[in-house]
Amino acid sequence: MPTVMELYQLLPKTNCKKCGESTCMAFSVAILGRKKKVSECTPILEESFKKQKEKLESLLLPSAGAEETGMIVHPELCTGCGNCVVACPVDVANDPHGAGIGCAPTNDKVIFKVVDGKVKAMNIKECRRFGKNRVLCYACIDPCPVGAIEFV
Amino acid sequence: MTTCTGCSLLCEDIEVILENGRIKETRHACRRGAARFRGCRNRLIPSVDKNQTDIDTAIKKAADILKNAKSPMLFGWSNSTCEAQVKGIELTKKLNAAIDDTSSFCQGLLIERALQKKFRTCSLEDVRNKADVLVYWGSDPQDSQPRHLSRFSVFPRGESRQRGYEEDRLAIAIDVRESNTAKICKGHFYRIPLRGDREFILALMDALSGKVPKYDAKRILELAGVLKKAEFGVIFAGIGLTYSIKDDIDILIPLADMLPNFHIMPMVGHYNMRGFNEALFKETGFVNRVKFGDKPVHDNKYAIVEALKAKSIDALLVVGSDPISSLPRSVTSHLASIPVICIDPCVTLTSTIAEVTIPAAASGIESGGSAVRMDGKVIEISKVIENTYLSDVEIMTRLMEGL
Repeated sequence: MPTVMELYQLLPKTNCKKCGESTCMAFSVAILGRKKKVSECTPILEESFKKQKEKLESLLLPSAGAEETGMIVHPELCTGCGNCVVACPVDVANDPHGAGIGCAPTNDKVIFKVVDGKVKAMNIKECRRFGKNRVLCYACIDPCPVGAIEFV
Repeated sequence: MTTCTGCSLLCEDIEVILENGRIKETRHACRRGAARFRGCRNRLIPSVDKNQTDIDTAIKKAADILKNAKSPMLFGWSNSTCEAQVKGIELTKKLNAAIDDTSSFCQGLLIERALQKKFRTCSLEDVRNKADVLVYWGSDPQDSQPRHLSRFSVFPRGESRQRGYEEDRLAIAIDVRESNTAKICKGHFYRIPLRGDREFILALMDALSGKVPKYDAKRILELAGVLKKAEFGVIFAGIGLTYSIKDDIDILIPLADMLPNFHIMPMVGHYNMRGFNEALFKETGFVNRVKFGDKPVHDNKYAIVEALKAKSIDALLVVGSDPISSLPRSVTSHLASIPVICIDPCVTLTSTIAEVTIPAAASGIESGGSAVRMDGKVIEISKVIENTYLSDVEIMTRLMEGL
């Protein structure tokens, strides 16, 4: 994923406030957090910024498929080991006798399920990174040695 | 619920969705298991001398080859059900032939000692419910048995381990490279040089008996301290460890004696390798490399590798294995000069050079039976798809009739 500075370097850096943010740096934070779109910056739509706009969009492409919590699952990297299914505290709480003890999930309240050898995220609103009282939980990323899950 | 035969964990919690008699989707199986359920792209067809024929002719020809051979060998077995393995041993006895399986160049040495009860071992359920210190030594279950860590060892909550892996369990990896399992063990990864397992064991035994180890004293003393404090420890001994100390495998026994709370579990690859080892052990007292005659003889010269090198066999029956892709070319060149019979669900490198090919039902998908998990527990495996292929047991029975 790109950093805020990388995005900022590609913006016009005029702090024109047309996007509604007070500075271009604030705008780059907002686009990285998927609160604003690149097209909301009107000066960058001009012809002279064409190349920079394309670069910005290509940098933001990996986060296009992210869930509301910012979770991206890379099925091509996943080995289906199920470490995330069992390590996720929400899965354990919602399915203590299935996912909690390492077996296959026995209900549909869990966040992760392995389908066709690859993990699939569901019930994303249950995730501890979602909602008002969200916490910066890393429980599903830590046990994945191949980096198939990431948050953006 | 179906049992997966992708590896020796034999996961019993797999859901298979069928559509028009074919598998549409598998749930809860890892990538390896899902691939096993998907089946192979190229199905084997019955053939004699590379010409397609019907299955009866192929079986008859195979029986003829075995009957006329002076010193045939029956090899493979690790991907067959226990029932087929027992029949296979019976067939070998009838032929006075040699029998060997893939454990001959895998975990045979360690399984033999486990069956002789030379060290303590435990079940995977014990690991889940009790284990607090897990040592992955020369093994990488994260890649070889992908659900090992999530189903049994590191991540699940068990009866005495209710608080999750961060607090209740400690995973340690000892390996020559930073495998995916070692990545999960993070701060507890001990990198050793190639073939350095023996020195590491000796250093660890020094540390356990209160002496200062010869190398890397600080870390090894720290490791010895952790192992001593374990309430229920398990060493998952992989093929890396077995290969490295194969000339002196009994060195593990004094190590196990010094760690009274520890258990050693051989990490098996193929789904029913241990099943074959147990069946042959019950019959002869040896786990592999046996020649039947007046009485069964166990000798290294009856190992597939040694027999092919010495060119001492004149026919080979391969069941559910692919020696040409798993053994070096210098060893397998002898296969070109002897009749090979290949029984397998799929086209393999071995089947392409075989004189007779007999297609079999894929066990766990197209035929059922029972298999032995890596810890020795017998698990029933079921048939998922209706089909007309003969199972390994039926092929063995018909081969016996043909003799």
